[in-house]
Amino acid sequence: MKRSLRPLAATAVIFIIAYALSVVQFPNMLSTRVLGNFLTDNAFLGIAAVGMTFVIISGGIDLSVGSVIGFTGVLIAVLINWLGFHPLAAFVIALGVAGLFGAAMGFIIHYLQVPAFIVTLAGMFLARGGASVITQDSVPIHHDFYDTLGDLMIRLPGGGRLSFIGMLMIVVFLGGALLAHRTKFGSYVYALGGNPVSASLMGVPVAQTTVLIYMLSSMLAALAGIVFSLYTSAGYPLAAVGVELDAISAVVIGGTLLTGGYGFVLGTFVGVMLLGLVQTYIIFDGTLSSWWTKIVIGVLLFLFIVLQRIIFAASAPGGKSSEKA
Amino acid sequence: MKRLSPGRLANPQVMALIGVLLINWLLFPNFFNVTWQDGRFFGSIVDVLNRGAPVAILAIGMTGVIATKGVDLSVGAIMAVCGAVAATMVVAGYPTPIAVIAALSVGMLCGLWNGFLVAVLDIQPIVATLVLMVAGRGIAQLITEGSIVTFNDPALIFLGTGSLLGFPMAAVIALALMVLVTLLVRKTAIGLFIQAIGVNRAAASLAGIRSRMLLMLVYTTSGFCAAVAGIVVAADIRGADANNSGLWLELDAILAVVIGGTSLLGGRFSIPLAVIGALIIQAMNTGILVSGFPPEFNLIVKAGMIILILLIQSPYVTLPFRRRRPTITKAASR
Repeated sequence: MKRSLRPLAATAVIFIIAYALSVVQFPNMLSTRVLGNFLTDNAFLGIAAVGMTFVIISGGIDLSVGSVIGFTGVLIAVLINWLGFHPLAAFVIALGVAGLFGAAMGFIIHYLQVPAFIVTLAGMFLARGGASVITQDSVPIHHDFYDTLGDLMIRLPGGGRLSFIGMLMIVVFLGGALLAHRTKFGSYVYALGGNPVSASLMGVPVAQTTVLIYMLSSMLAALAGIVFSLYTSAGYPLAAVGVELDAISAVVIGGTLLTGGYGFVLGTFVGVMLLGLVQTYIIFDGTLSSWWTKIVIGVLLFLFIVLQRIIFAASAPGGKSSEKA
Repeated sequence: MKRLSPGRLANPQVMALIGVLLINWLLFPNFFNVTWQDGRFFGSIVDVLNRGAPVAILAIGMTGVIATKGVDLSVGAIMAVCGAVAATMVVAGYPTPIAVIAALSVGMLCGLWNGFLVAVLDIQPIVATLVLMVAGRGIAQLITEGSIVTFNDPALIFLGTGSLLGFPMAAVIALALMVLVTLLVRKTAIGLFIQAIGVNRAAASLAGIRSRMLLMLVYTTSGFCAAVAGIVVAADIRGADANNSGLWLELDAILAVVIGGTSLLGGRFSIPLAVIGALIIQAMNTGILVSGFPPEFNLIVKAGMIILILLIQSPYVTLPFRRRRPTITKAASR
């Protein structure tokens, strides 16, 4: 196996072991029903995490995704319910607004040379505030198109159901993996995260790539918002608070380095599934309180970070010097 | 490291604070009215001091962390943990000083953990502190067993709502902490060492600075400050709320530090200006509340302010006004 694939393999192995241990305790967890729900329940997180993977591989961070999800939900609900738009038109508008929003953030990050952390923090406040200004309440969405999408599903053997949004997440992950590993844009993103100075000297269009990365992240967050509104049939300004942290956790657990330049889109998928597994296990157990989810995810994060350190220290003898830095 | 002088007081942060206060006064003419009642001052301006204190306290610790080119995302969660510790111990019958010391120790332990991850395991500060940010709130809920632990211990409540010489206790604590930490970093070489680490940790280590120990000290101080803020907030509401105590305050603290002119790229820092940054944020919050605007505008105003600061601090805007160092490579400063 390629040496660079080791962290991805490690994540996958740990997921399989964790899943196997859960199945030993609760045999019902192996059903396609549970697997199908895994995909459905984590679809919005997964889609947002794909965008986050690109941002983090490029060496940046996007704190605004949770707010963009909330804003998109409110915007769609208002467009459909109050202004009578067709959902598809509302989706297009929402994706367009998010694209402009992300492009603006990428623009500021590149041209004003401000750390992504602060720019996307401002974006987080702006999107959340914008959603709250539109409405303070949860706006239910009633439309036949929503019911149609809700009924769209593939029945799996064993009583499980693969819902439309679960399928959408899988498509986004496959698309993201192709974009990252098989296109010129993907290699630009890796180059930027590896070393921005070398990247620009080697002819990577740094400005354009930075803007596109944050555009992609915001548009995927908007898509996650659409999925979230399909999932809950409502738009709520405080929806998806803190999802950016779950997404970052999933990306880190999936073997992507937060220093940039190295990572896998499919690793993020395993990361999302692992977070989902923790939640499902705690629900199955019933005696563990929901706050254990947070503690277990924190412990998992820590373990994976240390694991990455060990793997990288072992596989790169020259990397030792960077540890002292 | 310069002495206070009239020229130094006229820096952009102080001017901005005065500006925000004046705008508040224009929107709400009674803004500067202060009344004396029950042995303490009351009024909007006192409220700014009182409500701004928790973020100011967090910002004091955060400044040191950001000066070393790091960031501490876990302070809000540490607040929740320490508030929970103090509240549950008081409810369990321990004397107040013991409960407070225990909470402060837990905060320092949390900070030490962050410092260990950053300094010894060499993990990026965002990720290292993310661990405790995610897990901390769960731990706090574990301590309070998921409920809001309320208490009526007069000594502990005094820390949140009492007053000293007419000023709210929270503001007094923040001021004392600010003076203490500022003296510590300015009268000893620690401040210089922190700046050296922020500029270039490898070079600082080669020059003989014990960067590992200093980093742990900086994160422990941040944890200590978060513990103080957690106790003050718990004392203020007379209860420990594991879910909401300090929620998103880490972002406000970072914002306060950045407003205070500390660069996120490390190296340059000022603790008093970070506290003024916290007061600017709170003055805007209070201003929006008293002037009758809907509170939803708060976040948008905050975002607008961040963007404004970014524009002012951006090399492209300040470049024409600087004489030296005209060449800034685009990519190198990312």
